[in-house]
Amino acid sequence: MNLVLNGDAQRFPDLRTIADLVAHLELDPRKVAVERNLEIVPRSAYQTTVIADGDRIEIVHFIGGG
Amino acid sequence: MSGSIQGEDTWTVAGRTFTSRLIVGTGKYKDYAQNAAAAEAAGAEIVTVALRRVNLSDPNQPMLVDYVKPDRFTFLPNTAGCFTGEDAVRTLRLAREAGGWDLVKLEVLSDTKHLLPDMEETLRALKLLIAEGFQVMVYCSDDPVYARKLEDAGAAAIMPAAAPIGSGRGIQNTLNLGLIIEQSKVPVLVDAGVGTASDAVLAMELGCDAVLMNTAIAEAKDPIRMAGAMRHAVIAGREAFLAGRMAKRSYADPSSPRGGLI
Repeated sequence: MNLVLNGDAQRFPDLRTIADLVAHLELDPRKVAVERNLEIVPRSAYQTTVIADGDRIEIVHFIGGG
Repeated sequence: MSGSIQGEDTWTVAGRTFTSRLIVGTGKYKDYAQNAAAAEAAGAEIVTVALRRVNLSDPNQPMLVDYVKPDRFTFLPNTAGCFTGEDAVRTLRLAREAGGWDLVKLEVLSDTKHLLPDMEETLRALKLLIAEGFQVMVYCSDDPVYARKLEDAGAAAIMPAAAPIGSGRGIQNTLNLGLIIEQSKVPVLVDAGVGTASDAVLAMELGCDAVLMNTAIAEAKDPIRMAGAMRHAVIAGREAFLAGRMAKRSYADPSSPRGGLI
């Protein structure tokens, strides 16, 4: 499937949910926040939020800043 | 917001009470370990953090939260790099989800050269954020008129820049800063522009509730030592403010008695 992840169009194996994507990327779900097509995906909804071909997904975290 | 008995001098923002009056940023350090050590040396209870895309090409790179831990410090997510209210709201919605709290720092910038705030857009963004339930500490210009508008709109704290972000120039307009402190019922913090300890002392002597800084510590030759210096500076300035300084005179007044000279 194709997703636009953090601004880059990328091809992925078929993934069903946000939880699948976060696991595929080997990210710690406790340390990131996810937006799907400009909508926040609450951490509690990763398992139930289905992703579709062409979705625009942002995965962010805290870094140093002033 | 004024303090009381020495040792019980706290300040409160958005219902959260803190003892340390020094908030430190987490940018520009050599690494996150140095960053964490500086925050400890500063005695900080609040640290500002930024929100950015995860580097997906290297998921094992060091992460801020593994060093500067959210259970040790109150994270204050910022909107650094945002130029519109919508950018700021989007960023802080994600920050709320990443951290699960509502206390945030709003900064809406106008120009990459001086990074001074766009106050019209800042005020608009503040109203959007308050409508979504955020408690907003607002980076702003040292303009008492806009500071009043921010407070009237529901800002949790007013945070005027002493000088442009990262410039290290110190307080450029003590008169305006004094007016903002005098008129504000919410905490006032100097945010940005502090260069060295005396700048922090002056901010606190003027009656600020706290000081927020990043570059002054991170770009010192010895950041950990400077963090300690800033801790003392903020305490010294606060204590001097509470003690109440002597009156200024035009001429000398000897400290030794005039009488009894041999």
